[in-house]
Amino acid sequence: MSTVASMGNFSSKGTADKADKPQQALDINHAADDHETIGTPWVEDAKMSARNVNVFYGDKQAIMSVSLDIGRNEVVAMIGPSGCGKSTFLRTLNRMNDIIPGCRVEGNITLDNEDIYQSQQDTVLLRARVGMVFQKPNPFPKSIYENVAYGPKIHGLAHSNAEMDEIVEKSLRRAGLFNEVKDQLDKPGTGLSGGQQQRLCIARAIAVSPEVILMDEPCSALDPIATARIEELIDELKEKYTIAIVTHSMQQAARVSQRTAYFHLGKLIEVGDTKEIFTNPQHHLTENYITGRFG
Amino acid sequence: MQTPSVIIVLVALCLASFFFGRKRSETLALREGGYSSLHSLPKHYGYMAAAWAAIPALLILLVFTVSEDRYIQDAVIAQLPGAIQTLPAEQLGLYYNQVLGFAQGGIDGQELDETQLSAARYYQQLASQFSMVKAAGVFLAALIGCLLVLKGIHTRLRARNHVESIIQWVLFGCSFIAVVTTLGIVLSVLFEAIRFFQVIPLTDFLFGLEWSPQMAIRADQVAASGSFGFVPLLVGTLLISAVAMVIAVPVGLMSAIYLSEYATRRFRAITKPVLEILAGVPTVVYGFFAALTVAPFIRNLGESVGLSVASESALAAGIVMGIMIIPFVMSLSDDIINAVPDSLREASLGMGATLNETIRKVLLPAALPGIVGGILLAVSRAIGETMIVVMAAGLSAKLTANPLEAVTTITVQIVTLLVGDQEFDSPKTMAAFALGLVLFFVTLLLNVIALYVVRRYREQYE
Repeated sequence: MSTVASMGNFSSKGTADKADKPQQALDINHAADDHETIGTPWVEDAKMSARNVNVFYGDKQAIMSVSLDIGRNEVVAMIGPSGCGKSTFLRTLNRMNDIIPGCRVEGNITLDNEDIYQSQQDTVLLRARVGMVFQKPNPFPKSIYENVAYGPKIHGLAHSNAEMDEIVEKSLRRAGLFNEVKDQLDKPGTGLSGGQQQRLCIARAIAVSPEVILMDEPCSALDPIATARIEELIDELKEKYTIAIVTHSMQQAARVSQRTAYFHLGKLIEVGDTKEIFTNPQHHLTENYITGRFG
Repeated sequence: MQTPSVIIVLVALCLASFFFGRKRSETLALREGGYSSLHSLPKHYGYMAAAWAAIPALLILLVFTVSEDRYIQDAVIAQLPGAIQTLPAEQLGLYYNQVLGFAQGGIDGQELDETQLSAARYYQQLASQFSMVKAAGVFLAALIGCLLVLKGIHTRLRARNHVESIIQWVLFGCSFIAVVTTLGIVLSVLFEAIRFFQVIPLTDFLFGLEWSPQMAIRADQVAASGSFGFVPLLVGTLLISAVAMVIAVPVGLMSAIYLSEYATRRFRAITKPVLEILAGVPTVVYGFFAALTVAPFIRNLGESVGLSVASESALAAGIVMGIMIIPFVMSLSDDIINAVPDSLREASLGMGATLNETIRKVLLPAALPGIVGGILLAVSRAIGETMIVVMAAGLSAKLTANPLEAVTTITVQIVTLLVGDQEFDSPKTMAAFALGLVLFFVTLLLNVIALYVVRRYREQYE
């Protein structure tokens, strides 16, 4: 996030357009001061919507006036170079930033048109509705069964053992893991392979029947085969869930998402249909990033 | 030359060796076309020369210093008149000690006879010769070592690897000393304990229910025959330790949880060192705090509700010991809870668990092995603690589970057995060694259990 603080040193450039590109093609620090996001950040049927969100870590501003909708049963990919604020933005969506000391969120974020930062909002209920899958697979050091049953237990979703068994099996099936682990549900979840662990974490997240799933680079610690498996899974999951995924892999964003948002130094530079962003980017920073000139 | 000055000169020699070694390698390197032709950096050749100057010389110094007294004593006694040489060992020792005392300037020569005075002069002469030889041997060894290395330096010499392996051996030597010392202590306790068990049967000691170690020293004394049943001491020790843990574990663990999960960074930065100061209070201070403040308070409190409380009670000692142990439990648990990866916290909080649920269901199970280890460490400390119980728990070896009565512990009895003038061949004193051995085994057992628990219940993260 340190790059954000240095931004004030640069003079205002105004909205860059394609005509300027040759001169500033590699001048990545000339983000877009006073930038207006290119493309339409809102959709008709928004599950979650963020308006003018600013996030501060202490004195440093990590996110600057970002507005973005996440449509119902849609996969939105967030891409951008390291430190651009995409993970920070993702974590504001289920208030995971609350646990970071000194972190402050301004602006308005709604889930089904209800403000999730209003004072009577309970983070427990919010996080049950907006689940999260992390960059590194982080199963609890408990059995596979206990891992999946953890959420339903704390939210009191099962009233009998049989019901719990059913929830666990359903979640594991939906995460495409059940057949691989059905004979070893009492074995520790940490004993699985990396890809299996990540699918276990997805099963754990969907066990509480969330409406939105946030994925923070879910495949960055996995090999290509495990990654392909997770991507297939994301495709299946979007039938039932709304998904926001942060990724460093442009191919992944192109493969799994319907809309893509490009972040740069805390700003949302460009957002649009995935196909449009990857074939015809409007902003020079977006183009430079997706063509691999920096990142 | 005295040993300190020998060491100072040796240090100077080593420094010189270092510079010569470095210089020599540099010269050789320049002759063969630059530093890149050297296998190692010039300083490694310097270290190597210094090490070979120091190590053999130090070994020689050690051998001389250890054998010095023995050698001179034998030589001085050998030239004493035959009548004195054939004296019984104790008298000869006394006689020689007078000589030694005079020769080293400790006692006045007035009381000594002529033979002793001449022996003392002979001693002084021998001692000065001996230290000359010692110094010469040490310096010679240092010079030879240094010169051999200097002569052996060539550009292909793998001085870096050589220095690395010397360092490895030095480190090994240090750990070896630690292990051997521990072993030595255990063995010496063991042998004395065996002598004790030749007088008092092992079964009487382990299963006897009465402890009163008073023995008749002279035939005409009327004293108890002495009974050495160790069970009341063990029960007393465990009782006090149990009281201490009842205080220390909840308070320590919960404050650790508060500090690591709830407190702000600032609060933690101030509170943790303050609590650790509690660990730095000398136990003797806790001891009189227990004896003068806590014990009377508990007795008065007990009397006001109609209980009879001994003025030195297990409860008072246990409470103060618990307070003493709180920082241990807290500090260890805090470190261990902090070591649980943040990803597990995030996973749990991200599921919508509250902080409290996260702590109970994720953090504590993951940290459990470490916490149990910390607690058992604290128990070992409680069992071995002496000062507080000497002052606050009393001396009467009562077999009771009532914490309001006075009890005594293994450590307290070791102290009382050895304080004052004692005969070192009476079962009463040797019992201290037997108690020490038992204490050692109890702590060892606790550590073994701790290891077992840690392995058995570890929830592995990663």
